[in-house]
Amino acid sequence: MNRDWHRSLERALERAGHGATRERFLAWRRIEAILLRHLYVMRRSWPRLLELAYWPTVQMILWGFVTLFYVQHSSWVAQAAGVLVSAVLLWDVLFRANLGVSVSFMEEMWARNLAQLFASPLRPHELVIALALMSLLRTIISVSPAMLLALPLFGVSVFSIGVPLAAFFANLLLFGWSIGLFVSALVLRLGLGAESLAWVSVFALAPLSGVYYPVDVLPAWLQPVAWSLPTSYVFEGMRAVLFEGAVRFDLLATGAALNLAYMAAATGFFLHTCRIARERGLLIQQGE
Amino acid sequence: MTAIVVRDLVKRFGDVAAVDHIDFSVEAGSTTALLGGNGAGKTTTISILLGLLMPTSGSVEILGADMLRDRYRVLAEMNFSSPYVDLPRRLTVFENLNVYGRLYGVADLRRRIGELVSDLDLAAFADRPIGSLSAGQRTRVAMAKALLNRPRLLLLDEPTASLDPDTGDVVRSYLEDYRRQTGVTILLASHNMAEVERLCDSVLMMRQGRIVDRGAPQHLLDRYGRDTMEEVFLDIARDRGAGVGALKSASAS
Repeated sequence: MNRDWHRSLERALERAGHGATRERFLAWRRIEAILLRHLYVMRRSWPRLLELAYWPTVQMILWGFVTLFYVQHSSWVAQAAGVLVSAVLLWDVLFRANLGVSVSFMEEMWARNLAQLFASPLRPHELVIALALMSLLRTIISVSPAMLLALPLFGVSVFSIGVPLAAFFANLLLFGWSIGLFVSALVLRLGLGAESLAWVSVFALAPLSGVYYPVDVLPAWLQPVAWSLPTSYVFEGMRAVLFEGAVRFDLLATGAALNLAYMAAATGFFLHTCRIARERGLLIQQGE
Repeated sequence: MTAIVVRDLVKRFGDVAAVDHIDFSVEAGSTTALLGGNGAGKTTTISILLGLLMPTSGSVEILGADMLRDRYRVLAEMNFSSPYVDLPRRLTVFENLNVYGRLYGVADLRRRIGELVSDLDLAAFADRPIGSLSAGQRTRVAMAKALLNRPRLLLLDEPTASLDPDTGDVVRSYLEDYRRQTGVTILLASHNMAEVERLCDSVLMMRQGRIVDRGAPQHLLDRYGRDTMEEVFLDIARDRGAGVGALKSASAS
């Protein structure tokens, strides 16, 4: 069965990359090589797969019960019973998207494999694309079980948000990638001692992003900081859908514009750090 | 034709010159040894040739391409193996070769992996994760990865360092045959002087970031008046200068 799985995976990747392998600046063959490298690890370790889905599910269950309590005691929450659970699930999209990039990159450092990659024809921007695709896959594996379980357990369907859900998901994914690239660059620059940044950075943004409460709850001096984050626009947009049934395109557009700026900055920072690493010999000094 | 041309290459880390104004060239199809004690600058030089490290100044031309500006033109045509760099340990031998074969754009990859698995005798552990292999087995896998793309230039940093004498001999024989068949250019950093005598057409001796001597192994043996490259190495590493051995031999006789 393992071999079948492997062959069908290879065939799918080959089909997807057909015709693109000869491009010099951007070769799908090299991107798929990095994807395969991570998929090989993932398919061999079912505890890893389980762990990906475990935390979002536990979070969803915890907040589901909190919601059940508040529904009986708060008219605000009672208006949209699924708001907390939806917020938890969407927040996890950001968290997993970040880890999908940063942990995949750090795996190369843990394995002392970076020099192999950078001495190969793989270009840094191809590595960025591969990390982003790997992150998308990890995120889907992570949050899908929790999203599906929320319905039978608490009667909350995050899919009831409708089409805007895709926009929220894409925005959070992009911002997660930006954070992941930024963290990866810092870990490359500072060494594996800085690896906890992958987890710390996202938690630091949580209070500012209006995940569980509106941004106007924050002190006035902190609100401009919150509005500089794409996440605030996503969660305000989510509440607009759930409370008012309104799709706030202005929030979505501003969040997307901010996201593009963050993504450009994070990619630039990552590529610049790769260059610094080549200047300072960091690629040949990595390891556990 | 010249495979490698290095001109006035310098790499500084702060005040320390790891590579200090070196010049050398390597003829295509030859095997050249880069020798020197620990910290002499061999690994730094190889890292610069691979594009993993940017020099402070100087130029590097590989297979006709400027490595500092145009390295992606030639990276697919070269490869390397080093004990200081690993392959992902959770991936099996086959998976690693599959991933790197794709990265290097190897045509007919399955067949090429099959050839290397057979030539380097990897079949018995091809389905095992790299992390579960012995140091010698890992070295052979690293060699297979280095040969995957049929490189025109092969950079080997201590290729037989962790191999037992028998396996070391197998790998050296394989490299000799491979070079004869393909005309690959090899630059080899090694502490095994018997290996250098056997494989190499020329030698570059490094000390404290500089190339302090160079020449064919036999030429160096003659000049230093020594019987083995190990003795020549010690003369150079201890800064005893050429001819000390010859003088000793003469006074003894």
